[in-house]
Amino acid sequence: MTHAYDISLTVNGELLTARVEARKSLVDFLRDDLSLTGSHVGCEHGVCGACTVRVNGQIVRGCLMLAVQCGGATVETIEGVSDTGEIADLQDAFEKRNALQCGFCTPGMLLTAQELLANGKTPSRDDIREHISGNYCRCTGYHAIVDAVEAVAQARNGK
Amino acid sequence: MKPAPFAYAKARSVEDAVKLLGEHGDGARLLAGGQSLMATLNMRLSQPSILIDLNGISGLDGISVENGMLKVGALVRHAAAAKSDLVAKNAPLIAMAMPHIAHPAIRNRGTIGGSIAFADPAAELPACFLALGGEAEIAGKGGGRWVKADDFFKGLYETAIGADEMLTAVRLSAATPEMRYGFAELSRRHGDYAIAGLAASARADGASLKDIRLAYFGVGLTPVRAKGAEAALAAGKIDDAVKALASDLDPPDDIQETGTVKKHLAGVLLRRVAAQLTGARA
Repeated sequence: MTHAYDISLTVNGELLTARVEARKSLVDFLRDDLSLTGSHVGCEHGVCGACTVRVNGQIVRGCLMLAVQCGGATVETIEGVSDTGEIADLQDAFEKRNALQCGFCTPGMLLTAQELLANGKTPSRDDIREHISGNYCRCTGYHAIVDAVEAVAQARNGK
Repeated sequence: MKPAPFAYAKARSVEDAVKLLGEHGDGARLLAGGQSLMATLNMRLSQPSILIDLNGISGLDGISVENGMLKVGALVRHAAAAKSDLVAKNAPLIAMAMPHIAHPAIRNRGTIGGSIAFADPAAELPACFLALGGEAEIAGKGGGRWVKADDFFKGLYETAIGADEMLTAVRLSAATPEMRYGFAELSRRHGDYAIAGLAASARADGASLKDIRLAYFGVGLTPVRAKGAEAALAAGKIDDAVKALASDLDPPDDIQETGTVKKHLAGVLLRRVAAQLTGARA
């Protein structure tokens, strides 16, 4: 038996309505129904961080929230923040410093890093490691990611 | 994996949530932050027939101080508690525990009430609640009632909350200048569930400690008070306190470690936390 519900929400600035099955996670809804495949599905139980998206301005696990819960919410994905240019400097730094290889973790990593930097402070390397500790990367060993985030933090604060 | 199908209802109020629980019985689960529940649904460890979403209920996300007690609404998110000056000032133990709880994206969604009501034996907040001797406000058909932390945890994932009841707030004695707090946790990676952890509170009385409450997590089916160790510590005997853990605790083996290792680690944690309580260097 399926249980479907109507929701209206804003995704990357666009107001839309959809009928979603209650059991559908937010990240599956974004990927399967809206074809926003930049958010990735990794572990599906909240450990890996590949599905990280922003809901009402805060990063959340897209696999640990249901689409049906997002009625009235504002959702932003990697596609949205790429289009607005909000994280263009982070994306450049990730590329320059080889802070990605396969790229599977990168959308979640970028959104998580952006939340840390959004408060305008310059975090220490330990702060950066702590903040991205819920996002797994199997390629880089993290050093290059910390380098990239640190470089952007310093550049944004004119250092 | 994907969850098995379930229906969804958004509760408009506490009364509405309690009514829905009564209507749907055992097949219903309450959805707060969902940071544990959703994972179990995705792995099909749990297959409820309906989820009752509490997130739309207003008035459950407040933090206030009333009559010397800090009251934290059940829907207060971890991130909000971590940023709260009221929590930092009146419940420093909660503030000490916060950085150990999972990761930023989880703390943005997870709730204080959800963690305590779920009562994962390896989680930080149930142990803090026990160490602080808090009280839980439980709402049911007949209205609300308060249950003391010492009477709250009944068994593995079992609490004093009845089948058609829900947790609406916790109340903690607000910190006073003579209160001391300690917190330490051992986990494989920062943010993981604890292999073993200890949350503690005590009242300083000159050079000695009184009213000591040692609440271990990750070493039993519930958070566990180590009462023998509490008594030894109150007598100023740290070595005896560590020895007392042998009869205070009986940790089962789990996926992370054997009970023997956990018991050893409990002693290590006690020395660290005792040093925090007495203000000495660990």
